[in-house]
Amino acid sequence: MSDNGNIASPELRNDDVLLDVQHLTKLFAAETNFFGKATSYVHAVDDVSFQIKRGEAFGLVGESGCGKTTVGKMLVNLLRPTSGKIIFDGKDLTAMKDSERKSYCKDIQLIFQDPYASLNPRMRIGDIIAEPMIANNIVPKDKVEARVNELLECVGLANYMRNRYPHEFSGGQRQRVGIARALAVNPKLIVCDEPVSALDVSIQAQVLNLLDDLKEEFGLTYLFIAHGLNVVKHVSDRVGVMYLGRIMEIAPKRSLYADPLSPYTQALLSAIPAVDSKSKRERIILQGDVPSPIDPPPGCRFAGRCFKRLGVCGNSVPELREVKENHRCACHLYDPELPPTEEMTRAAR
Amino acid sequence: MSKKTVLATQGAAGEVTNSQAQQPVEKRESIWKDVLDGIVSNKAALVSAIFILLLALIAIVTKLVPGILPYDPYEQNLAESVQGPSAAHWFGTDIQGRDIFSRVLVGTQITLVVGLAAVAISLTVGVLLGAIAGYKGGKWDTVIMRIMDMMLAIPSILLAIAIMAALGQGIEKAVVAIGLVAIPEYARIVRSEILAIKENDYVAAARVIGDSNFAIVFRHVLPNALPSIIVRATLGISSAILDCAALGFLGLGVQPPDAEWGDMLGRGRNELFRAPWLMIFPGLAITLTVLAFNLLGDGIRDGLDPKSRKR
Repeated sequence: MSDNGNIASPELRNDDVLLDVQHLTKLFAAETNFFGKATSYVHAVDDVSFQIKRGEAFGLVGESGCGKTTVGKMLVNLLRPTSGKIIFDGKDLTAMKDSERKSYCKDIQLIFQDPYASLNPRMRIGDIIAEPMIANNIVPKDKVEARVNELLECVGLANYMRNRYPHEFSGGQRQRVGIARALAVNPKLIVCDEPVSALDVSIQAQVLNLLDDLKEEFGLTYLFIAHGLNVVKHVSDRVGVMYLGRIMEIAPKRSLYADPLSPYTQALLSAIPAVDSKSKRERIILQGDVPSPIDPPPGCRFAGRCFKRLGVCGNSVPELREVKENHRCACHLYDPELPPTEEMTRAAR
Repeated sequence: MSKKTVLATQGAAGEVTNSQAQQPVEKRESIWKDVLDGIVSNKAALVSAIFILLLALIAIVTKLVPGILPYDPYEQNLAESVQGPSAAHWFGTDIQGRDIFSRVLVGTQITLVVGLAAVAISLTVGVLLGAIAGYKGGKWDTVIMRIMDMMLAIPSILLAIAIMAALGQGIEKAVVAIGLVAIPEYARIVRSEILAIKENDYVAAARVIGDSNFAIVFRHVLPNALPSIIVRATLGISSAILDCAALGFLGLGVQPPDAEWGDMLGRGRNELFRAPWLMIFPGLAITLTVLAFNLLGDGIRDGLDPKSRKR
């Protein structure tokens, strides 16, 4: 297990980048007028950009409703982005026609959050795992069965169970079936949408461990979506923190956990219970609620709840800029071009 | 802290051990075997299946060997008109003095075909339209369902009469008319089921792995809508039989002297208090047949449901 967060070279070389998401935005119509034209929008994902390198596990963290699942769904073509680009393996998926896009579908697979809802209750698990191979015609018919057995073994299920139905399995076993299904088409990128949040704590660790082993075995790249920093800490090399549709901070894992820059990340980290009772951390308790994503306030999305708020935060959106090596943060606190008055408030913090 | 050390402690609770992996693959039953198991394991369904097979046998035998009947079902004998059940006439005789028992047996031919064929028409078309409306949504949904609403707005018998006026007379045309009229009911049920089912993660999963829409509908969506479709179809057999009787009563469906249960029921209606057997026996035949199809449907449904299957 690679636990060093500093694998990133100062500049990401282009051929290293498997997925390059640029200014991805997704708006959902919140209200429509009589003619069905939208009058207000839910800003589910707003100008999100990040890159994932080959062989990397990128964690995307944020609380419920921050848009992280929407990002994942756009990557696997379950949703169409309103604007922005998804550049996968050097090709812009958003510019493709449906038929062309479909041929890239199998390269990006999804592991679902709920292992109970993501398996068809009327199909045998062997058929569930065989289906992607048959649908994409990548394995000759007579080899499918052998491949299913192989995949079952990979995810730690015995192959004699392949004629059983999903209800005969536990949550953890079902999630293993879901993982095998995702692996069946030899994807390059796997989007893991909170793959363990529906599982028992003891099983969570097993499934995370399995995902990690598979990553090494098949040279996979993960986008790991989670709502808690503690789960992501075990599996990710780099972490992006989202809040209300925007990315607040992107950093290598070690750097992020040791020295969080964004006040939001600081608050999130302080919420993880400390194992060591001697190291007392100050618990940051945020005031107020997450504002509505329908026509959100101008300025920084977090400004209303921020404990380090500056004057500019309410009216100008902070840019995601590199503050330290590989450590990017969208916060006015680190803006070198702030007006002098703001500079003073910042010094006082 | 390395993750491996954290997780090593949980390895012992692993879900699969090596010894298990050596077991032979569990048997895979065909879908027909599953259905058969569902019927056999449910006594009511088994009795129903036997009853329906018996009906089919009666229909075939009376068609091929009419001489097996105790009386000629079409021969009028006004001297024995409207007699109650007796040793000579088990189910009594009707106004024309025909033996009701013979007529009920012969009636199996038309009644079974009418019920099954009409349901087959409305089931096929209704399920297809409902599936398209529910799965495609948008304009498809609006256009299909508004047409269905229009059909539902017209009383079904009136609509059937209108269709027959266009097609002409005859029992096979009556079947088509009855089948067409019932389409909206199936389409609505299937559509509402599909609207719920298509929101499931396994449908999204099918899309992610690259399944075609056709595969998604026929492999993931419709099989999960089967329970309600089966129940509706078995009930549909009875309404088809009764609709056919109503058309016959209006002179459009079964023509005298042909024997059909619904028709016999309708013609006996005027003598209900004087000669109840005119209605009781054909009515009983319809009730038992519908009940049998219903219970059989339950058995088939259970057989197809992986969760109710015994290993």
